[in-house]
Amino acid sequence: MQPSDMSAVDLVTAVRQGDLTALRATEAFLERIERLDGQINAFLAVDREGALRTAAAVDAKRKAGKPLGPLAGLPVAVKDALCTSDLPTTCASKMLAGFRPPYDAEVVARLRAADAVIVGKTNMDEFAMGGSNENSAFGPVHNPWDLTRAPGGSSGGSAACVAADMAPVAIGSDTGGSIRQPAGLCGITGLKPTYGRVSRRGLVAFASSLDQIGPMARSAADCALMLETIAGHDPGDATSLDLPVPAYGSDLERPLEGVRIGRVPAHFGAGLDPEVAHAVEEAFAAFRAAGATIIDIDMPHADAGVATYYLVAPCEASSNLARYDGAHYGHRAEPGKGHRAEPGQGHRAEPGGAPASGGGFESSLVEMYCRSRAEGFGPEVKRRIMLGTYALSAGYYDAYYAKALKVRRLIRQDYLDAFEKVDLIGGPVSATAAFKLGEKSGDPLAMYLVDLYTVCTNLAGVGGISFPCGFTKGGLPIGFQLQAPALAEPLLLRATDRYQHLTDWHRRRPAIAARPR
Amino acid sequence: MSLSRNDVAKVGLLARLALSDADLDTMTRELSTIVGFVGQLEQIDTADVAPLAHPLDTQNVFRADVPKPSLTTAEALQSAPRHDGECFLVPAVLGDTGAA
Repeated sequence: MQPSDMSAVDLVTAVRQGDLTALRATEAFLERIERLDGQINAFLAVDREGALRTAAAVDAKRKAGKPLGPLAGLPVAVKDALCTSDLPTTCASKMLAGFRPPYDAEVVARLRAADAVIVGKTNMDEFAMGGSNENSAFGPVHNPWDLTRAPGGSSGGSAACVAADMAPVAIGSDTGGSIRQPAGLCGITGLKPTYGRVSRRGLVAFASSLDQIGPMARSAADCALMLETIAGHDPGDATSLDLPVPAYGSDLERPLEGVRIGRVPAHFGAGLDPEVAHAVEEAFAAFRAAGATIIDIDMPHADAGVATYYLVAPCEASSNLARYDGAHYGHRAEPGKGHRAEPGQGHRAEPGGAPASGGGFESSLVEMYCRSRAEGFGPEVKRRIMLGTYALSAGYYDAYYAKALKVRRLIRQDYLDAFEKVDLIGGPVSATAAFKLGEKSGDPLAMYLVDLYTVCTNLAGVGGISFPCGFTKGGLPIGFQLQAPALAEPLLLRATDRYQHLTDWHRRRPAIAARPR
Repeated sequence: MSLSRNDVAKVGLLARLALSDADLDTMTRELSTIVGFVGQLEQIDTADVAPLAHPLDTQNVFRADVPKPSLTTAEALQSAPRHDGECFLVPAVLGDTGAA
C-alpha cells in the first residue's frame, strides 16, 4: 500500500514499527501536493525542505532508539490561521502577506512536540470569514470532487488537501461551521471540539467566544488520534479548559446500544435538497441498525441561529480586527503610493464641515489607519467589521448586540434541554452538496444562510462532527453532522467510528486523487 | 431596516476603514439587507433572559504574579512596517508634518 493511501493511525504505527520511514511517508504526500495542488490551490505555503528535514530527524531519532512522539512521521497540513514561527501566516489576507509570527501557536507547538511533520499552510477564507473559500486573497480552493465547485469554508484548503490525499490529516478552525461544512462538502471527517477543549493561543482571532481548533481527516479514528495530541489545558489561553484529556482512540469500538440520537424534524424543511435529505435519513437508519435509538426532538430557537451568529461574530470580529492598524505588523499604506480607496465623507473631522488636513482625514495617523485597513482587507472582512461596528455603536448596542446575546442564551438552553432527552443530535451539515464557485459570491446574505445547520453548535459552545453519509447522483459528497454535549468528544468519535465501520462513504476518493497509471 | 449613506460613512470612520464613494454605495445597500435580516431577532421574546456573552461559566482566570519570558524588542518589531529598533514609527499625531 502506498503511504498516501494509508490512514493516519496506520502511518504512525508503520513508522513506529520501522515498516515505513518518516521520510518516505513525507515524500509521498509532497509528491502529491506537487502533482495536484496546481489544480486545487489548497496550500498557501508548502514547506518541502522543512518537512523533509523534520522527517529525517524523526527517522534518526528512531534509529538512535530514542522515544518517538505519538504523531511521529505523520504529515500534517495546518490552516493558515495558526501562527508558525518558521512559515508565513497570512490568514489568506493581503493584510498579513509575508507576515512571520514571532512564535508558534500552541497547537503547532504540540504537533511539533509529538514529532508530526508540518508540510504546509492551507488556504482559507480571509480571516476565516466565509463558507466557500472564495474570500481568500490568494484565489479560491477548488473542490477535488469537481474543480468547478467550492470546497466550502472557511477551512476549505484543509478539507480539500485531505480529500485529495495531499495530507492524511489537517488542522482547521471552526467559528460557525468552518471545519464541519467544508468537511461535509469535500467528503471527509471534521471535528469541532467543545469550546475550550483545544487551546486557541496563536490562532488568529476572529470571534473569540466562538473560535475553536479541530482536526480534519479521513476518518473518526484519525481525528481521535489528532485530538489526543492537540487537546488539553494551556495556561496561555484563559478560555482553555483545565481538564484531563481522555484517550480518544481507545473507546471507539464499543457498540451504540443504548445511545439516543435526536432528530430535529425542522431540519428537513423546504430549503433542504431532497438528495441530501434522503442520505441523511439513510444515515439515521444506519445508526438505528447499529443499535442507537432515534428520537425526534425540537430545537425551538434554531431558526434564529444565523441571525444571532451574524451579530455576535461580526461584533467580536470588529473588535479583534482593530489590531490591524498598519503600525505593529501587517500591511501599511504608504502616502502617495496609488491608494485604491479614496476617503468618503465620513472621514472629515466634522461631517458636512470643512475637510481636515490630510485629504479629508482628521490626522495623518488616522489616514494611515484607514487607508492601511482599506487596502489590506477584502470585501467580506470589511463588511463584517462594518456590521459589527454598527451593531456595537451608541444607540444600536441594545437593539442588536445585547439582543443577540439574549437569544444566544435561549439557543444554548435548547441544547441543555435536548441533552436531557438524547445523547447526540444528528442531521444535515449543509442544505446542499458543494455549490459552484461564483454561485453565491455576489450575494452576502445567501452565503450566510449556508451556515444554517452549523452556527448553533458554536453559539452553545458544544462539540460537533461531520462526515460523509452518501453522494449525489452527480457524484458529490453529502455530509452528516452529529452534535454532543460539552466534552462528549469520546461519544462523537465513537458514534462516527461505528458508522464508518458499517459504511464505506468515507473511503471513497475523488477521481483526481487516483494514482496515474 | 435601512441605513443611510451618512450612517455608513460614520461607521466607516469608527471602524477606521477608508471608503470610496463607490464603496459607500455598495456598503449601504449590503448592510441594509443584512441589518434587516438580523433584525428578525426583535420578534423573539427575551424578557427576563440574561445575555450570554460566552459559552463557559469560567470567571476571571488568574496566574501567579511572577515575571515570565516574553518577546524581545527585536522579535516584537520584526514585522513592523516601520521602526527605529526601539519603537514603532507612525505618522505624527500632533503637528501634521507628514513625517514617518
